[in-house]
This record gives sequence, structure tokens and C-alpha cells, in this order.
Amino acid sequence: MDVVLLSRLQFAAATMFHFLFVPFTLGLSFLVAYMETKYVKTGDETYLRMTKFWGKLFLINFALGVVTGITLEFQFGTNWSRYSAYVGDIFGSLLAIEATTSFFLESTLIGVWIFGWKKLSKKAHATVMWLVAVAATFSAVWILIANAWMQNPVGFTIREGRAELVDFAAVLFQKYAIFKFLHTVSAAYVLSAFFVMGVSAYHLLKKQNIDFFKRSFRIALVFGTIFSVIVVVVGDINGVIIAEKQPTKLAAMESLWETTTRAPVYLFALPDEENEKNSIEIGALPGMLSFLVFHDIDAEVRGLKAFPKDERPPVLITSFAFKGMVGLGFYFILATVLGWLKRDRLVDSPKYLKLMLLSIPLPYLACELGWVVAEVGRQPWIVYGLMRTSDAVSPIATSQVLISLIAFLAVYGLLGATGFYLIAQNARKGPEIQTGS
Amino acid sequence: MVLQTIWFFLWGLLWALFFMTDGFDFGIGTLYPFLGKTDQDKRIMINAIGPLWDGNEMWLITAGGVTFAAFPLVYAVMFSSLYSALMLILFALILRGVSFEFRGKVDNPVWRKVWDSCIFIGSFTPALLFGVAFANIFQGIPIDHNGIYHGTLFTLLNPYGLLGGVLFVLLFLVHGALWLSIRSTGELHERAVSAANKLWPILLMVAVVFLIASKFSTRLYDNYIAHPIFFSVILMTVLALLSVRFFISKKTFFKAWFASALTIVGATFFGVIGLYPTLFPSSLSPKYSLTAFNASSSPLTLKIMLIVVILFIPVIIGYQVWAYNLFKGKVTADDLAHEEAY
Ligand code: HDD
Ligand code: HEM
Ligand code: HEM
Repeated sequence: MDVVLLSRLQFAAATMFHFLFVPFTLGLSFLVAYMETKYVKTGDETYLRMTKFWGKLFLINFALGVVTGITLEFQFGTNWSRYSAYVGDIFGSLLAIEATTSFFLESTLIGVWIFGWKKLSKKAHATVMWLVAVAATFSAVWILIANAWMQNPVGFTIREGRAELVDFAAVLFQKYAIFKFLHTVSAAYVLSAFFVMGVSAYHLLKKQNIDFFKRSFRIALVFGTIFSVIVVVVGDINGVIIAEKQPTKLAAMESLWETTTRAPVYLFALPDEENEKNSIEIGALPGMLSFLVFHDIDAEVRGLKAFPKDERPPVLITSFAFKGMVGLGFYFILATVLGWLKRDRLVDSPKYLKLMLLSIPLPYLACELGWVVAEVGRQPWIVYGLMRTSDAVSPIATSQVLISLIAFLAVYGLLGATGFYLIAQNARKGPEIQTGS
Repeated sequence: MVLQTIWFFLWGLLWALFFMTDGFDFGIGTLYPFLGKTDQDKRIMINAIGPLWDGNEMWLITAGGVTFAAFPLVYAVMFSSLYSALMLILFALILRGVSFEFRGKVDNPVWRKVWDSCIFIGSFTPALLFGVAFANIFQGIPIDHNGIYHGTLFTLLNPYGLLGGVLFVLLFLVHGALWLSIRSTGELHERAVSAANKLWPILLMVAVVFLIASKFSTRLYDNYIAHPIFFSVILMTVLALLSVRFFISKKTFFKAWFASALTIVGATFFGVIGLYPTLFPSSLSPKYSLTAFNASSSPLTLKIMLIVVILFIPVIIGYQVWAYNLFKGKVTADDLAHEEAY
């Protein structure tokens, strides 16, 4: 075990854990804001109960998102200090802008929302939630711009061995960042929609609070359908961009070894990295990959062998994660379409309700897999084409990282279990029967 | 030059604001097992900071982020060389944050006890370790020309470092006791006031010892001797500390809290001015020290970030003052009955 490997594991654990909570925040903040606004506009108490019920789940999740975010902010310095010194000019400023423009608003206002029910007018209180939602979205904007820069560095020059900013607009408005943002927030909305649908399905199965959960389901269904489609469409565009900017990642995603025209997509392929081939290939769709990424079935796609061995990412992980994400993407569309067919007789469709209940973890899985594609697929680079992960690590003792990694796993494991328990328990309990206004 | 100097002081200001705001949260969290006799008391204590702590903690994240953006080399060397101390702080902050949210969610005494301990550990640890870390920075850290740290966690626990830790803990305890005095009534209020009263003389004593020890352990006074005008900052800090006592005796607790806030800002600036232009001094050789001039970002980044900060920091202060205003009254039984309350 060396410092690089341990630091990678620690970073992976910490970010993946953070991203269990973030998408829920991103999506549910808007749903809760919408419910509260409905309440303010119509005066219908059911919407108030909805706001409170989903809001409570939102807050438990939010707390975990916040505490796991803090560690990330400091890990660049603690574990990737050479990287930080190298990219601080650009990457650091994006993080600092994120903190000043978004996190501050979000975390100040969330306190106001939680404790301000009696201190603010109804309208002002609902507005606060809208602002929380917008601020959360902006935090995603900034962090994803930073991540896109690592994937595809632009707008810089190398001076005195560091990347220095020369064109800020190029960093902010590059295609990679825009589509990364759209894909990630859509994924987040899918996740929160499936969560709301799944929990509603549970109660509809038990025939509790039927009106309440039918309405919740309906709101989430609209939200979920739209974004299930968008996430796949934008995901496809992501593939096109990656073909252009990160050919090694693309080849690994599709486990394509040879450079070919009419490059195929395999429904299943088991890569054998040792022998530079796939040991199993099933269901080749010839020309499909060429078509998807270059819109021309005869286009040439570079395979992994076109790149030196030490510039290739882990193929097995990347390709499996990618296939898993894509498969799930199509499943989500299917599940929401089914929802439209059954929308008027949900209570009489226990099979569908059960399916939706069991589907709650799937968008979580898809999101994590997506990040594995993005981050593992970028290896061995920490900044694509510029800096290797192995050159980025802090000059610190292995034992320090080992201890902190174990501590992370223990603490996060416990917190995760506790958080899961609390969310599940509160979700199962259902809304309070009556709530004072 | 000018840009880097501005950033140096902005960097100091952000840390000062963090200590000034989250400081009373740490203080209340540390006083928690001692002043919170009943469950009701405990809930009042957490709810007294409930709406504000997350916004306060953001000053830390911003201070970290700005260090990264404006002085990447400092961010890199500081955070990797203080690795273990920082990890302890982070874990503490994690525990503190979730404890507030989790504690009231299950009605079971064991459950609450667990989170009660986490609130104490999660508040005391950062208070102490931030003090230790900053005192060590004042004193110099054993880093070589490559920014590699030659020491362990225990290197930091030297007498001057520990003195800094104790000073911070006391500053925050008084600060927290005062905030609690503002937001509580009855017996809890009396206990908070009496805690502030009892802790204040100890704080004064430790502060004086710290100022004297700094003469022998650090080179902070060099800048003051070169520019005696800066002694006024020390003077004002001491005056603020003295007026804390005065306002307590007048029972004007908001003023006392404000004076305590000024004391904390002043104490931070005592160090920041003394350090200038060094952000992270090496105790091995001054040549290896990281300064505002040899560790900063490009002028373009500094300019962009300056615009962001000039536009947004006043806005942030604006809505934080608004939020403080909403939540500066007494925590009432009604507040606690509230479903979302901690
Ligand atoms: C509900 C979740 C979800 C679903 C259904 C999909 N994705 Fe995805 N995907 C993500 C959630 C996600 C993500 C977690 O949000 C990622 C991680 C990094 C990022 O930008 O978004 C991601 C990354 C990601 C990347 C890597 C981006 C990079 O390297 O920077 C590609 C190429 C795709 N996706 C493509 C797709 C395609 C073609 C899909 C079609 C079915 C798809 N995704 C469905
Ligand atoms: C929250 C969602 C994210 C998840 C789940 C995630 C996941 C991962 C994983 C699995 C790795 C390990 C890759 C490997 O070493 O093989 C990694 C590495 C890394 N990621 Fe992310 N990532 C996320 C977001 C981000 C963002 C937004 C940034 C930057 C702003 C980022 C920066 C990094 C860095 C610096 C590393 C370490 C160096 C490396 O291993 O390449 N990550 N991430
Ligand atoms: C590896 C890079 C990342 C870092 C350094 C980071 C940092 C942080 C920090 C410091 C917080 C706490 C803010 C507070 O105290 O209120 C936070 C929360 C949050 N982060 Fe991240 N984050 C990362 C990845 C991401 C990604 C990829 C997204 C979205 C796509 C995201 C979105 C959010 C949101 C919406 C919150 C609000 C609270 C919540 O998580 O529920 N973060 N993050």
C-alpha cells in the first residue's frame, strides 16, 4: 500500500459518500419549494403537510451532505498538495467562488427555513426554500466547472511549473462543463423523483394517506419522466464530447482495443487487460459506436492499443460502470412511462408500486457508477493530459493516510447507517396527522 | 505587491470572522455538559445556535477556499503538513454537525447521550486544535525547501502551541457563555452569566501570558517594533477584552458578546499583523517560509477573486446580520415545541 493508492481510496470513499446525499438535496429542494409555494397559493393544508414531511427527510439528508462536504474541501490540500499547488490558480478559485456565492447563501438560509416558520411570512418562508434550491444548484455549477477543468483543462498556460489562469471565460463556458452540469443535475432530479415515488409507493401499498401520497407521486412522476429522458439524451452528448476530449476514456468505456472504422458497441464484453483483448464479447452492434460518437457509422474510433499502456485507465471498472449506468438510464425511462399508464389506478397496481419501492436505490447506484466512469476513466491523469495522479499526492507518511482512511470508513459507515435508519424510519412513519399552521 | 498585500489581510480577515462566528458555537458546545443540567437546558443550548452554526462554519470553508485560490502553495503545504491535526478537526466538525440534527430524532436517553458526547467532543476539539495550529504557525513550522513537514502531530503540542490552544478555548468559552446569556432565561441564563464571569479572569490571565510568551517564542513583535502604530491593535484588543467584563456587570449581554467578538478578531489580527508578509513560516530557515509574495496565485486570479470577494462578502454579511437579527431573542418553549427544532 502506498500513499497514492491510499489517498485515491480515501478520496473515492469521501466523494462517493458525499454524492449519496448531494443529488437528493439538489432535487428535493425544488420539490419542497414547489410544495410550499402550492400551499401558500392555494391554502390547501395537504401541501403544508407535504412540505413538512418531505422537508424533514430533506433536512436529515442535508445534514449529512454538509458534513461530508467539509472534508472534501480540505482533502485537496491534505492529500493532493502537489496537485493543489499546481492548479490552485484555476481550480482553487472555482472552489472559493463556490463557497462565497453559493454555500454561504444555502447554509445561512437553511437555518432560517428550519427555524423561521413563525418568524417570517408564509410567502417569505417559501421564498427562502427557493433560494436554498437555487444556491444548491449554483454550488453544483461551480464544482462541476472545476471538475470539468480537470477532465479537459482549458484557458491556462504553464508558468514556473504551475498552471496559470489566462482565460477565465474559457474555463467557465467550456462545452465539457455545461454538459457535465446538465447531466449531473438531471441525474440528481431523477434520483429525488424516484425517491419520492418509491416512498409514496410504500404508503400506497399500505393504503395509508392515499390522497397525500397520490399527489406526491404525481408531482414526482412529472419531474422524474422529464429528467429521465434528459439525462439519457445529455449522457449521449457527454459521450460525443468524451470521444473528442478523452479518447482513452471512451475506449475504456466501450472496451474497444483495436482502432477501427465501424466501431461496435458490445452488449456485453469482458476485458482482459493483460492480453489487451476482450475475453468474452456478446452482442456486437457493428458501427454503433462510430455512429453514436461521430454520427457516422464509418468513422474511425481509436482503440486502447493506440495509446501507451501507462496512459490507459482501468478498463474493467470503467466499462462495467458505464454499461451499468446506461442500462439503468433506460430502465428509468421505462419505469416512468409505466407510471403514466398506471397513474389513475396506482392503488390497484401493487406490482408496479412494489417495483417503484424497490427502485429507490437504483438512481443512487447509477450516479455512483457515473462518477466512477468519469473519475476512474480519467486515470492515470488527475488533470487529463497534464498531470498524473501519482505526481499529485502529498509528501506525507503512509501511516497517516492509512489511519485517516480507516477512520473515514468507520465514521462514514456509522453515519451512513444512522442516516439511513433515520430517513427510512421517518419515511415509513408518514406525515403527521395534523400540523398547526 | 499591493494585490498580494490586500489578499494577505483578507485571508486574515476570513479566519478572524470564522473564529468570531463559529467561536461561540464551539464555546456553547464545550459548555454543554457543564451548563446543560436538564434535557430542556440542553435543547435550549443547541437551539440557541441551531439556526446559525452552519452559516458560521461557512467562514471556515471560505477561509480554506480563499487560501487555495489566492495562496495555493500555502494551502498545499499548510494542509498537508498539519494533516493529522486537520483530520481530527474535520472528524470533530462532522460529529458536531450531525449531532445537532440527529439528537432529537429518536426519543431514547442512550441515543441522546451518544450525541451529547459528540457535541462536546466536536466543539472542544476544533477550539483547542485551531489554537494549537495557529500558535504553531505564529511560531514557525518545521518545513523544508520542498514544503515537506519534519515532525508529527506531537511536534505541534509544544508549550507555546498548547498555550495557544488554551487561549482559543477560553476565548470561545466566554464568547459562547455570552451568546447563551443572550438567548436563554431563568436558571440556565444565570449559569451562563456566572460561567462568563468566572472564565473571564482566567482568560485575561492566559491572554497576558500569551502576549508575553509570544515575545520569546515568536518573531511576531518585529513588525510592531518596526511600525509602533500597530501596537494600537493590541491595545484595542485588550480594551475590548476589558469591556467584556464591564458589559457583563452592566448586564448588557449583547454588548458584552460584541466586545468579545472584537476581542477574537483583534487576537487573530495580533498574529496576522505580526506574521506579515509570511503566511506560513518555516522554523528551519526563514528562506523556506511561504509568504504572500512567493506563494500567491497569478495577478489575474487575484484580481478576479478580489472582484468576487468585494461583491459578495458584503452581501453575505448583510444576510447573516439579517439572520442573526431574526434569531437573537430568547429561545422559548414555543420554539422548542416546533417540529423541526433540534
Ligand atoms: C441517474 C443517473 C444517471 C443516468 C441514468 C445516466 N447517467 Fe451518466 N453520469 C451520471 C449519472 C447518470 C453522473 C453521476 O451524474 C455523472 C458522473 C460525472 C458526471 O458528469 O455525471 C455521469 C457521467 C457520465 C459520463 C462521464 C462524464 C465524464 O467523464 O466527465 C458519460 C459519458 C455518461 N455519464 C453517459 C451516460 C449515458 C450515455 C447515459 C444513458 C443512458 C447515462 N450517462 C445515464
Ligand atoms: C461527488 C461526486 C464525485 C464522485 C463520486 C467522485 C469519485 C471519485 C473517485 C471514485 C475517484 C478515484 C479515482 C481513482 O483514483 O481511480 C476520484 C478521484 C478524484 N476526484 Fe472525484 N468524484 C466526484 C466529484 C469530484 C469533483 C467535483 C472533483 C473536483 C472538483 C473531483 C476531484 C477528484 C480528485 C482531485 C481525485 C483524486 C485524484 C485521482 O484519483 O484522480 N471529484 N473521484
Ligand atoms: C469533490 C468535490 C466537492 C467538494 C470539495 C465539495 C464541497 C462541499 C462542501 C464544503 C459542502 C458543505 C457546505 C455547507 O456547509 O453548507 C458541500 C455540500 C454540498 N455539495 Fe459538495 N462538494 C464536492 C462535490 C459536489 C458535487 C459533485 C456536487 C453536485 C453536483 C456538490 C453539491 C453540493 C450540494 C448541493 C451541497 C449542499 C448540501 C448537501 O450536500 O446536501 N458537491 N459540498
